[in-house]
Amino acid sequence: MEPTLKFFSGFAPNDLWFMGEAALRTLWISVLSISLGTVLGTLFGWMLYEGRRAATLTLAPVLDVFRSVPLIIQLVLFYNFAPIVGLNLDPFASGTVILTVYTAALVANVARGGIEAVGAPMRRAARSLGLSYWQDLRHVVLPIGGRAVFPSWVGVALGVMKDSALVSVLGYVELLKASQILITRTQEPFLILALAGAFYFALSYPVSRYATHLENRWAQ
Amino acid sequence: MISIRDLHKYFGALHVLKGIDLDVQKGEVLSVIGASGSGKSTLLYCINGLEAIQDGAVTVDGTDVHAKGTDINKLRQKLGMVFQQWNSFPHLTALENVALAPRIVKGKSKAEARDIAAKQLQHVGLGEKLDVYPGALSGGQQQRLAIARALAMEPEYMLFDEATSALDPELVGEVLDTMRLLADEGMTMICVTHEMGFARDVSDRVAFFHQGVMEEIGPPAQIFGDARSEHTRKFLANVR
Repeated sequence: MEPTLKFFSGFAPNDLWFMGEAALRTLWISVLSISLGTVLGTLFGWMLYEGRRAATLTLAPVLDVFRSVPLIIQLVLFYNFAPIVGLNLDPFASGTVILTVYTAALVANVARGGIEAVGAPMRRAARSLGLSYWQDLRHVVLPIGGRAVFPSWVGVALGVMKDSALVSVLGYVELLKASQILITRTQEPFLILALAGAFYFALSYPVSRYATHLENRWAQ
Repeated sequence: MISIRDLHKYFGALHVLKGIDLDVQKGEVLSVIGASGSGKSTLLYCINGLEAIQDGAVTVDGTDVHAKGTDINKLRQKLGMVFQQWNSFPHLTALENVALAPRIVKGKSKAEARDIAAKQLQHVGLGEKLDVYPGALSGGQQQRLAIARALAMEPEYMLFDEATSALDPELVGEVLDTMRLLADEGMTMICVTHEMGFARDVSDRVAFFHQGVMEEIGPPAQIFGDARSEHTRKFLANVR
């Protein structure tokens, strides 16, 4: 006879599904934030490069703040204080907003570096062919500068994907939160954290391999 | 015709061009010589509007380059330019380098742009290198690629800014030969150059610049044989 209720139960195959689903949520919030953040960050980088007074006076310090304050603090502050100004966002939306801004702050510097890497002589040559400012930006600066800073961008993207684990503090059930739930139930932290690590690796590794492949192709 | 009237250019407090007056007729080859810092290159940049000017005027076929209402991107299609550094687009093949501007600026179809590019690369002797990336080309080949890239826009004038100065000595010849070829075909050219042989043999006129002033201009025989200005004679004595 079993005298007590059973609180804990071992790790079951079903739990692997549960973690798989959570990994997909990690992937989803990462892809979304990295994409939006890259677009926004590229825009910011261009504004910083162009160096209009307004951009350097207002944008640069704001981006510095987002780069310097730990992500976990940004997430908690935003999630708890946004409702005060009438923004009732669920954990997923809050996480996406903060991760996007955080990514943008990091990408802004990368993008500015990319534009600088192209250099004035190359751009003058493009303009001398009759390309407009925007055509030069789109067909010369973007591909050349983009390739120059691609490795840095991949670093930012992989970093943000791992940092997305912090969204778990808001209760969004991504990979880390799912692992915590399973650990509480199964009391098998070693196994589950190792599994979670394997999932993160499985998400990152193909990206970094593909990035290396692209760099090699461009290096020809 | 390119007309330059009382052109003044400053970089900050530095007075780089001090009242230049110059006309270049269709079909003419003009070489511009002078020491570094004499304002020769800046003159070219002012002609196609890559540098703003502070006083005077530059007109190309009657269009004021620096006027507010001028469509500078359209005007630059008339003015091909080749720089000291060739600035090939490293992410594009030789063919794509040349085809880019016809496609996006002139709106040619991909096939048309490819044809134009192949023809121009043939023209400068790079017909075998269509699908090669610039990284695999020598400096001389890249400079010829830059010439083909400018020619693909079917310019009426070509501006050469020390096109051979950054090349290894053994590669200078092939670029000069290409420039000669263009001159023979009747292209209107302004060549800022340190190649005195080219200036003497190919030009219709030679202009000597000294400290932002056009000291003198005349046929090569006169400039090289019987220069009026003391500065010109001194310069030529030193470069020989």
